[in-house]
Amino acid sequence: MDTVDVDVVIIGGGGAGLRAAIAAAASDPQLKIALVSKVYPMRSHTVAAEGGSAAVTLAEDSLEHHFNDTVSGGDWLCDQDAVEYFVEHCHEEMVQLEHWGCPWSRREDGRVNVRAFGGMKIERTWFAADLTGFHMLHTLFQTSMKYPSIRRFDEHFCCDLLVHEGSAQGVVVIDIATGEFSMILARAVIIATGGAGRVFRQNTNGGIVTGDGMALAYRRGVPLRDMEFMQYHPTCMPGTGLLFTEACRGEGGILVNRDGYRYLQDYGLGPPDPWPRKKAMELGPRDRLSQAFWHEQRKGRTIDTPHGPAVHLDLRKLGEKLLRERLPQICELARDFLGIDPAQAPIPVRPCVHYTMGGIPTDVNTAAPLPGLYAAGECASSGIHGANRLGSNSLAELCVFGRVAGEQAARFAREAPAPNGVSLRWQAQDARGSAVGLLARPAGGERLATLRDEMALAMEQGGGIYRLEPEMQATCKKIAELTERLPTVNLGDRSQCWNTEWLAAIELGFQLDVAQAMAHSALARRESRGAHQRLDEGLTERDDANYLKHTLASHVRAGPPAIGWSEVVITRSPPGVRAYGAAGESKEAAVG
Amino acid sequence: MADTRKIVLEVLRYTPGQSTAPTLQQYPIEFTDDMSVLQGLQQVKDFVDGSLTFRWSCRMAICGSCGMMIDGAPKLACRAFLRDFLPGPLRVEPLEHFPIERDLVVDISDFVDKLGRITPWIEPREPRSLEQGEYLQTPAQLERFESFSHCINCMLCYAACPQYGLDSRFLGPAATALLHRYNSDSRDGAQAKRMELVNSEEGVWACTAVGYCSEVCPKAVDPANAVNQNKTASAVSWFARFLPGRG
Repeated sequence: MDTVDVDVVIIGGGGAGLRAAIAAAASDPQLKIALVSKVYPMRSHTVAAEGGSAAVTLAEDSLEHHFNDTVSGGDWLCDQDAVEYFVEHCHEEMVQLEHWGCPWSRREDGRVNVRAFGGMKIERTWFAADLTGFHMLHTLFQTSMKYPSIRRFDEHFCCDLLVHEGSAQGVVVIDIATGEFSMILARAVIIATGGAGRVFRQNTNGGIVTGDGMALAYRRGVPLRDMEFMQYHPTCMPGTGLLFTEACRGEGGILVNRDGYRYLQDYGLGPPDPWPRKKAMELGPRDRLSQAFWHEQRKGRTIDTPHGPAVHLDLRKLGEKLLRERLPQICELARDFLGIDPAQAPIPVRPCVHYTMGGIPTDVNTAAPLPGLYAAGECASSGIHGANRLGSNSLAELCVFGRVAGEQAARFAREAPAPNGVSLRWQAQDARGSAVGLLARPAGGERLATLRDEMALAMEQGGGIYRLEPEMQATCKKIAELTERLPTVNLGDRSQCWNTEWLAAIELGFQLDVAQAMAHSALARRESRGAHQRLDEGLTERDDANYLKHTLASHVRAGPPAIGWSEVVITRSPPGVRAYGAAGESKEAAVG
Repeated sequence: MADTRKIVLEVLRYTPGQSTAPTLQQYPIEFTDDMSVLQGLQQVKDFVDGSLTFRWSCRMAICGSCGMMIDGAPKLACRAFLRDFLPGPLRVEPLEHFPIERDLVVDISDFVDKLGRITPWIEPREPRSLEQGEYLQTPAQLERFESFSHCINCMLCYAACPQYGLDSRFLGPAATALLHRYNSDSRDGAQAKRMELVNSEEGVWACTAVGYCSEVCPKAVDPANAVNQNKTASAVSWFARFLPGRG
């Protein structure tokens, strides 16, 4: 097995991984940096983010507002020290991207324009039409090419994290084109592998979003935090789950049921007019909007489509010109995938799984509870999203905490001892053994896709917008059963070269571990908060007395995870009532 | 559930070390009217033949992974619909002009190397600190380069480019479009450096102005336009050398 020696290895080449790589390289040109990605970096799922990235920009906005929107949006499960750091650094990161060439949409005077997003008091979302993630990713990727000290391992699949005497010291990677294994030894490791939305059936995520980094850390003893909180984005394409950005509503779009009625007014988000209006109706937070859909469906007020119930996202009032200028990709998606011109007809939408709020727990320095390990982006539980992420906070997070991760890992690497090559080589050989072992099994057995589909269905049934104890228990049982069935799966492809079936089997192992952490964390949280809503008697409300704390799911060999708890960091905002629409407006008026 | 119809996918198969030459394999599938070619391939991989190999991720025509030759033309598989190729069989092959790594997966490292050589980043015309905030750029200035920044690096234009097929040293459509994107950005000051590449043997003069690259581009980037504008710019900079006061 080849060995590569570096100072910092980064797993994941999306927005957070690239930002970390640039920060590490810029902090010290002498550092050797490896950037490992299972796809070419510009294919990473950051590319699909549409609407924008938050940063306090307008004179009437303030860090205080961004902080309050984020913390109340997160139903007070945010770590407020992390939120404080985050809101303070969003603007400089957005300016940094601007200096690197990101084509932000502009006002007539040449300044960067901002738009409104859900749960946001003042417009603060920077955007590049509705291609924001795409432009941020390509800007970061192309800028990263400026740094010769970043050695990329494109299309290399990370199959294990190497740990020696309680510190992260490298990774094992497979060159996808050849099937060859390498060991990358490093003084610090950054995980930036994104979320895990593909464990659910209908989701907005790309095929690569399989929770790899979360599972790698989890298996090495790092607990996963707040995994019960999965965000359902309210406006997605039925069936495929493709995303129609929240910016559709930020620009003035409305949601109506089968009667053409703006149903959100029935769920504490009204009154409907005047419109558009911040923190009300269609600009409420994502969890509330997805929950309202669920109720509409139960009332029989949704629209039937070949892929199940939907409501209508109506953009007609925006007019052709604004649609083409601000939402060109939405127009393209509606036209190509649904045969609809949004200027002429409403788009059928439904909630689908979108974002993994939980992940590898990190402190304000992005340090995970394993020395030498850092995490940033969706794979991390940085503490800023709490129980429900605010739209446009995740793209900003990639940059703010991606940079911190790069700088902190670089600093750690300068002081850390060289990795223990001998011990790590044995670990790496074990990792190769178990990965290759999947290929050595005799033919026969179940198809991989059968297991994957059963997992995704079980997660949808027990981990939906509203959750019930018996269904959650059934999901836990199902995931355990699938984990037992996984080693007997039939892999027809025995090639070393570009064996994506084999890699998908390894990914399914990652997904099942993450799914298990999600399902058991959900069961343990006996309250309703943000994206975790229970229908069980006595558990339908937030319970701060018992559950104002994070779940920590720890991996247990051959058994369900151990669920522990940790404190939520409260600095300045004691838990209060989340109020939107008229209720929110009168609450703010009372505060003055 | 909506009605299903049938079509045969005729897919090029090749595994280095195992195949002596590429072969075509037929997979009959059932599909609904909203299914993409990518979904057809996924159905085969999931339930018929797990060894069929192709790249994909976003499913929404933005990640640029699933470019392939579909019925002889370079397309994104996620945005080509099976219904449009009835009665079939539908031929699916890897992108032309690239070495095959396996089945529908081609080696695009040549493009990624080229991308690295066009100086694909801003070299500021005027330095500016973060504290000074953003550079001012009017919507009109943005419009000068914005469409060229829409390139998703899907490689369809390279598969369409006869010149790249003849001589892969040619910088090619996407890299030229991106080079032009930076050269047209009001914040950038590295035009002269990039023009050296434009004027070189691998630069724009190799283009034979077929224009198929722009036709197949899924994002309306119009690389042919970028190449043409750079031919003009290249000629101007070549003649400008003879003007007094120029190097």
